[in-house]
Amino acid sequence: MGMFAWLQYDFMRFAFLAVLIITPLFGLMGTMVVNRKMAFFSDALGHSALTGIAVGVVLGVGNTDFSMAVFAIVFALLLNQISSRVAASTDTVISVFSSCSIAIGLAILSKGGNFSKYSSILVGDILSITPKEILSLVFIFAVTLVFWLFCFNKLLAVSLNRTLAGSRHISAAWMENLFAVLTALTVMASIKWVGILIINALLILPAASARNISENMREYHFFSVLFSMFSGVLGLIISYFVNVATGPAIVILASAIYFTTYVWGRKHNL
Amino acid sequence: MRKMIKPCGLHCIKVKHLGVTLGQQVILEDINLHIHCGSLNVVVGRNGAGKSTFIRAVLGETPHTGTIEFKDRENGRIQKLKMGYVPQSLNIEKQTPVSVYDMIASYHSNLPVFLVKSRKMQEKILECLNIFEAGYLLDKQVCNLSGGELQRVLLSMAIMDSPNLLLLDEPVSGIDQNGMELFYQTIYQLKVDYDLAIILISHDLDYVKRYADKVILLDKTILRQGNAKEVFQSEEFAEVFQVK
Repeated sequence: MGMFAWLQYDFMRFAFLAVLIITPLFGLMGTMVVNRKMAFFSDALGHSALTGIAVGVVLGVGNTDFSMAVFAIVFALLLNQISSRVAASTDTVISVFSSCSIAIGLAILSKGGNFSKYSSILVGDILSITPKEILSLVFIFAVTLVFWLFCFNKLLAVSLNRTLAGSRHISAAWMENLFAVLTALTVMASIKWVGILIINALLILPAASARNISENMREYHFFSVLFSMFSGVLGLIISYFVNVATGPAIVILASAIYFTTYVWGRKHNL
Repeated sequence: MRKMIKPCGLHCIKVKHLGVTLGQQVILEDINLHIHCGSLNVVVGRNGAGKSTFIRAVLGETPHTGTIEFKDRENGRIQKLKMGYVPQSLNIEKQTPVSVYDMIASYHSNLPVFLVKSRKMQEKILECLNIFEAGYLLDKQVCNLSGGELQRVLLSMAIMDSPNLLLLDEPVSGIDQNGMELFYQTIYQLKVDYDLAIILISHDLDYVKRYADKVILLDKTILRQGNAKEVFQSEEFAEVFQVK
């Protein structure tokens, strides 16, 4: 019983459910984020959450989750557009827009010395999730699964060579924008539970670890989802017993897996 | 892909008044070309002459003016043109877990490659890889292939559903002399064995001289076209490549 004592609490049960949805979702999305070298992009997206909340506050929107999601989607599409047009390198463009948007968000939210009200979103708190919020995660997970089943091949094709994909009648712009929107939605739906500071780690680490030891797409996805779920569940349990924030506990485990797979992959020449 | 006993020579592709303008800049203008099936057509020209843009315009990726028609020469019926394309390079990092199967299936199948490896698809891919003696590469990671291996894989992929026109954008970078010879022989064999028109961009004038049926000298527009001897001895050619 001792091992599962944590399950007697409602908040732990809900957190456990949330982890069971968020981690495979992040494991899945992470594979493509890493493949397409979008780590910086998703990081900027996470940071834009602050601006989204600020925009909601300014416009007097009651539910800032909504303004956050809408802002993230607009931001993601904008970044996609601009990086395909501007001659400067993509990471410079993302950096410029990301810093600008964070600064605006921080400026608005800190007006009148009120920022402490919003600082919880920096670290996130999965223990405060409610059943209704779990349902919205389930919805996004379902959408992602459908997208993955029907569009993954096309997305991979576009990432390998846009012209070649075009010659097979696959629209690169559509795929790239859909993926950006989906990444924005995923990040925004989870950010309150995972926290702005470490959400990107959760997206990148499992996929990066899986890359260390995979040779094809099936292994890549299997290991990415496995590592993500393993560090998520174990991180939650450890955080309960050791009494530290859940997000960081998960990320520390995921990092440990990364270094282990790195060494293992090196040794076996993968 | 079905092997033909003999190229029929009855189909042709007509490019009429093709032009590309990007912003204010005219990249290509008034390109007129007539290409027969079973012929190897090589586009030559200096850097920035618009060679790659020409290929992209034919593929339909770059918006262009003018028309591209694919005709049956006997009854003049216009058919849908199927194109295969071999790019210069792939956007792939070291350590990327994409196998040759994954890559080809992602372009040619709707069955998600992250979930299943279909036996049917695998057989279809192997069949094409074997044409270029590349069957053993099926489960290799794409990022670990040598230049020559990657080229054969990309060629296999390009001819998978029997295109009428094969477009190759300088696909010989990072390949040694032996590899080059092999490449041109393969291309030559392709055009002889299958009912296929080929447009190839190349910088290797020695090989072009030996293998091309038709050489197209491009610099914004077609300066000269004809067999290798005609084009290579022309004034326009001397001017572009500064030979005396």
